[in-house]
Amino acid sequence: MGNLFQGYVSETFYDEMFEPNGDVRGHYERLLARYTGMSSEEFQKKRDLADNAFLTQGVTFTVYNDQEGTERIFPFDLIPRIIPRGEWEHVERGLSQRITALNLFLHDIYHDQHIVRDGIVPAEIIHSAAHFRPEFMGFDVPKDIYIHICGTDLIRDQEGKYLVLEDNARSPSGVSYLLENRQAMKRVFPNLFSRYLVRPVDTYCLELLDVLRFIAPRGNPDPTVVLLTPGIYNSAYFEHSFLARTMGIEIVVGADLVAQEGIVYMKTTRGLKRVDVIYRRIDDDFLDPQVFRPDSVLGVPGIVDAYRRGNVSLANTIGTGVADDKVTYYFVPKMIRYYLDQDPILPNVETYLSHFDADRKFILENLENLVVKSANESGGYGMLMGPQSTAEQRESFRQAIEKNPRNYVAQPVIRLSRSPSFCDDHFEGRHIDLRPYILYGEKITIIPGGLTRVALRKGSLVVNSSQGGGSKDTWVLND
Amino acid sequence: MLSRVADALFWLSRYTERAENNARMMDVNLQLMLDVQPLTNHQHWESIIFTLEDTKLFDKLYPGIAGDAVVDFVTFERKNPNSIYSCIATARENARTVREQISVEMWEQINRMYLFFSSGDAKRLFQNSTYEFFKWILEGSQLFQGVTDATMAHDEGWEFIRLGMFLERADRTSRILDIKYHILLPSGEQIGGNVDTVQWMAVLKSCSALEPYRKHYRGQVVPWKVVEFLVKNQTFPRSILFCVDSLDFALHKITGVDRGDFQYKVEAERLSGKLLADLCFVTIDEIFRTGLHQYLDKMQGRLIVISKAIYKEFCEWLEEGETQGEEEEQEETQPTQFQEQKN
Repeated sequence: MGNLFQGYVSETFYDEMFEPNGDVRGHYERLLARYTGMSSEEFQKKRDLADNAFLTQGVTFTVYNDQEGTERIFPFDLIPRIIPRGEWEHVERGLSQRITALNLFLHDIYHDQHIVRDGIVPAEIIHSAAHFRPEFMGFDVPKDIYIHICGTDLIRDQEGKYLVLEDNARSPSGVSYLLENRQAMKRVFPNLFSRYLVRPVDTYCLELLDVLRFIAPRGNPDPTVVLLTPGIYNSAYFEHSFLARTMGIEIVVGADLVAQEGIVYMKTTRGLKRVDVIYRRIDDDFLDPQVFRPDSVLGVPGIVDAYRRGNVSLANTIGTGVADDKVTYYFVPKMIRYYLDQDPILPNVETYLSHFDADRKFILENLENLVVKSANESGGYGMLMGPQSTAEQRESFRQAIEKNPRNYVAQPVIRLSRSPSFCDDHFEGRHIDLRPYILYGEKITIIPGGLTRVALRKGSLVVNSSQGGGSKDTWVLND
Repeated sequence: MLSRVADALFWLSRYTERAENNARMMDVNLQLMLDVQPLTNHQHWESIIFTLEDTKLFDKLYPGIAGDAVVDFVTFERKNPNSIYSCIATARENARTVREQISVEMWEQINRMYLFFSSGDAKRLFQNSTYEFFKWILEGSQLFQGVTDATMAHDEGWEFIRLGMFLERADRTSRILDIKYHILLPSGEQIGGNVDTVQWMAVLKSCSALEPYRKHYRGQVVPWKVVEFLVKNQTFPRSILFCVDSLDFALHKITGVDRGDFQYKVEAERLSGKLLADLCFVTIDEIFRTGLHQYLDKMQGRLIVISKAIYKEFCEWLEEGETQGEEEEQEETQPTQFQEQKN
């Protein structure tokens, strides 16, 4: 191995690149060949090149507490994560199966709730879900599709088996980094790229636009599609702007829209222009001050009325949050069996629900060994990392669980897989996960690979951008 | 295009132009102060504030009129929405909300100017050399306008930028011309004498018009010729007529109505066409008979009406924020509020 890999150890984690005995895995051989003989300085230069490109293009995110709105570059690691073809096909099948079940589940929950009546999912789990919208019971959505865009997070355990960590069925973000990462890799390592046959990802936006057009009201073949953003102060604004521009659609804030007589319009210099489909990156809660939070200035008064009348379609629909609730997650394998009569191809991580007495007992007795999560937090907040926690932290979680048992889940600490990442001046293993993006329209389209997120801090298992995470390009091979 | 975006581009342009003009005006007047006796400086500064219509605000913020206070007020004062600093800050804020519509180069330039101003560098440069300081602002603004021309598609958004720029410029030229009215000759000096001439030259310099004037008239700097040049010249890009003609042209590009045969579709076009006709056919004699100050005052009023008509036509459904002041002749500031709620 060249200098960069000097001292590289997999320890007992599943390493993406190396076998436990230190041999390089077949699909990483060409990568190793390229990096062997590269000095740390050369690699550093490549990294600077990539960072500069990101800076100039403004590929950034904003951390919530920033007053001045300083934008940060989402740290990018130059060693790609490579997935051989067969492995990916397995993942793809699992993801397709899963999103089909989720959409069937949502349809069922908002209609006759057979899955509850047949005793598979307890009624109280549904009704106590923070994002369940009972106001939409019996409401039919275009083409019966609830989740059009889903980001499902996958991890690998010690044996390298892919497990589903969670689904993100409301407003999953990150795909813009994925697309920009690919651009960066092509620019910085063009030769490496040509040694592999990597499946392209550039068609994502076209596919997304197809899905959005597909769900137009009354099958309108030429709908006006817009992207609704909370605005420039939102941490994911770069992505909103990027997607709108790449799809060639208008990006709007709530104030640009007006609902009159059940139709949504854009305020343009030539008058009001009708809007048919809205890709909304705003939470249900902020969507319509007449229906949800009355203090929201981000939404459009009357938009829900237009939605109910079938005059405007929303992607994703209202109420999908009941499907990405961390407690509902527990039931997804059961959903797959119930609706599809199949075994789940991608298993869940073993999960305990404090809602169930037996599980709760187990959780409270094993806090220091478990990862405990609050049902509705995201970004890595509201979480207890058992093995790293203090007695006070565990005590406060114990009290919270006993006070509100419906609201917590626990999982064993998974020894997440690692991938070599550039740290200071050499490579070290860092924990990663994978977020593929699944589009559900006329057909299911899954972007090859997805966003590989890296926990850049040594030993950290938290990959979210707001807490020190970064990302890698993900290569699905075509051979 | 979205009304909000058109509005943001319009004001981005107006505020950049305003910053540039204020810088030029400050620069010239500071130099003028050096040429003329200090006794009259008080009046001079007073008149600058008066023409900028900021007397009320100035009196509120500063105890008395002194040169330093005025310079500070016009250049750096954050509480003055029309200070050079505030203009650049507001322009940048507008640019931020429409980053998709402007080119990368435009954003980088306006951002650069803002970052410079909000760091301590601006004040330091000003203290070291006011000449360099104002030159920096001028060049920054000119670069922005040049980059806009060269890198932005000349589409509807670009026309709104032109609209804002020329409307603001017409207004600024009229105010600069008006300063002279307020600057009285020190007692003992003759009309047409040296001091008077120097003051008129300063007016021209404030519009970057001294050399173009000389090229056109080839003679002494004479009041009625200065007025003619700055109000009615057809080719000088800062004359009021040139500006109104350009903004009328931009309006017609936006509405798609041909300019021939005096056609118009919207109220704003009717008003700009009317103003343009007045400018083409008014004589200097008529202007002086009305009174230069009165004429310019009326001009500013008409420009404000045009600006409001533009807003009404293209953006009337945007929520009105608070507007400053009740008088018709107030300096215009942007009506729309920025949405600040974080998700």
